[in-house]
Amino acid sequence: MLEIRNLHVKFHSRRREAVSGVSLSIADGEILGLVGESGSGKSVTAMSVAGLLPRKQCDYSGDVLLDGADLLHADRSALRKIQGREIGVVFQEPQSSLDPLMKVGRQVEECLYLHTDLTKAERRARALAAMTAVELPEPETLYDKYPHELSGGMLQRAMIAAAAVTHPKLLLLDEPTTALDVTIQAQILELLKKLNREYGMSMLFISHNLNVVRKLSSRVAVMQTGVIVETGATEEVYANPQHPYTKKLVAAIPTRKRGNF
Amino acid sequence: MKTLKKAVLDHRNGCFLAGCIITGILLALILLGAVWTPYDPTAMSGSEKLMGPSFAHLFGTDNFGRDIFSRVLKGAGVTALVAVGTVVIGAVCGTLIGALTGYFGGAVDELLMRFNDTITAFPSILLALVCVTVFGSGKYQVLLVLGIVFIPSFARIARTAFSSLRDASFVQSARLMGATPARILFVHILPNTLHVLLPAVTIGFNNAVLAEASMSFLGLCGQPPDASLGALLSEAQGMLASAPWYALCSGGVIVGLIFGVGLIGEGLQGGKGERNA
Repeated sequence: MLEIRNLHVKFHSRRREAVSGVSLSIADGEILGLVGESGSGKSVTAMSVAGLLPRKQCDYSGDVLLDGADLLHADRSALRKIQGREIGVVFQEPQSSLDPLMKVGRQVEECLYLHTDLTKAERRARALAAMTAVELPEPETLYDKYPHELSGGMLQRAMIAAAAVTHPKLLLLDEPTTALDVTIQAQILELLKKLNREYGMSMLFISHNLNVVRKLSSRVAVMQTGVIVETGATEEVYANPQHPYTKKLVAAIPTRKRGNF
Repeated sequence: MKTLKKAVLDHRNGCFLAGCIITGILLALILLGAVWTPYDPTAMSGSEKLMGPSFAHLFGTDNFGRDIFSRVLKGAGVTALVAVGTVVIGAVCGTLIGALTGYFGGAVDELLMRFNDTITAFPSILLALVCVTVFGSGKYQVLLVLGIVFIPSFARIARTAFSSLRDASFVQSARLMGATPARILFVHILPNTLHVLLPAVTIGFNNAVLAEASMSFLGLCGQPPDASLGALLSEAQGMLASAPWYALCSGGVIVGLIFGVGLIGEGLQGGKGERNA
């Protein structure tokens, strides 16, 4: 469904390519984890898929195809029709990703406003359904609240509801659990699994945390300095890492064995 | 809107409340003046020249025996109209220019901000004088000219506010949802810049009142016997010794108007500050 072929991105301000020759594919309903340290190029890869690449400030080549439609070279207006409707994005910081002066409900239904001809009442109903689907308590009340009145976990659920309200084919998750505490992290991961199961949404899950990726994704790609060094079924990669960098990453996962300390 | 509601409800926000009361009273008087004045503001009376304030003539009378209170009511209406018009033109055009330059940057930014610099390069009163010479004098001409003169200051404030939010996460989010630039600018960014723009509007209003008074003082805003507060002050100048109440009353209304709106601006800023703290 999503196919990235030989993607190269180089920012004018940097000497080294941020992404050099990345090829990836995600099948329908699949969750692919993209792991790597900060600056490894995973977010730039996601930006290329989302159409958020600052095109004037970088050179780019390759193909990013969503069901055959080219996202990397599409013009702005073509891209706007795909963004929000076929690709949803969830960022790391829910507090800053929501407009502080717009009610949560209106933000959840923003994609419906932009991409459908539904009436106000229908949009509200769909938004409330999406808020219920992400297990937000009392969606009717939360609909009229402002973001500062919600907790971090609730905001991230609202963000996911906003991204998923149009049932996009692909959900880009850029470290969606990093800013949350561990209990909430686990709940959000369960929620994402549920959305994947129930709506068949494909997901590209970006994280520097191998453990989180392991809980969610069936396949994983490991990135280092703009290159994918290893890719395969998650459990396989964990049990039997091939690349030295992956080996280090796996070895760095804290375990309960005292001997490790 | 929320800032406004909060500011109104917050009893500790004394500035805002006092400002509202002063401006409200003056506004009520101005509206009253538009439909009714105790005397005809232009009717002369030979027997009532230069009378001091009394119950019959609250602000006294001038050298032609005209009731100053009636003239101030009418004059304040003209001044307020010009000031509001000026601020509306300046704020709307300035915010639009600032939004476009701040958000898009690049060539648009260069072009519009250089146009701004050109306007700023001339002293505003001089520029207004030139424009009035070209377009003719009168309150609507002055309103238009002052409006244009006020554009750059609003544009600069708006530009800074918009460019600081251009790459904010929630704006990126809106972009990723497929929102058009117009929607991002006016639905997502604009409300978040109001805490900067609203106080700028109140300061702009005060400057506009003063600018209009200066223009009228120079005799550019309407012809006698029509009056605005600046024109009244200009007339009163010649009678400072014989009828000091004339200058005090017309000047006092200008001060009251500026003070009231200034307090509202102060209150709005205070309200936002408290919320951020």
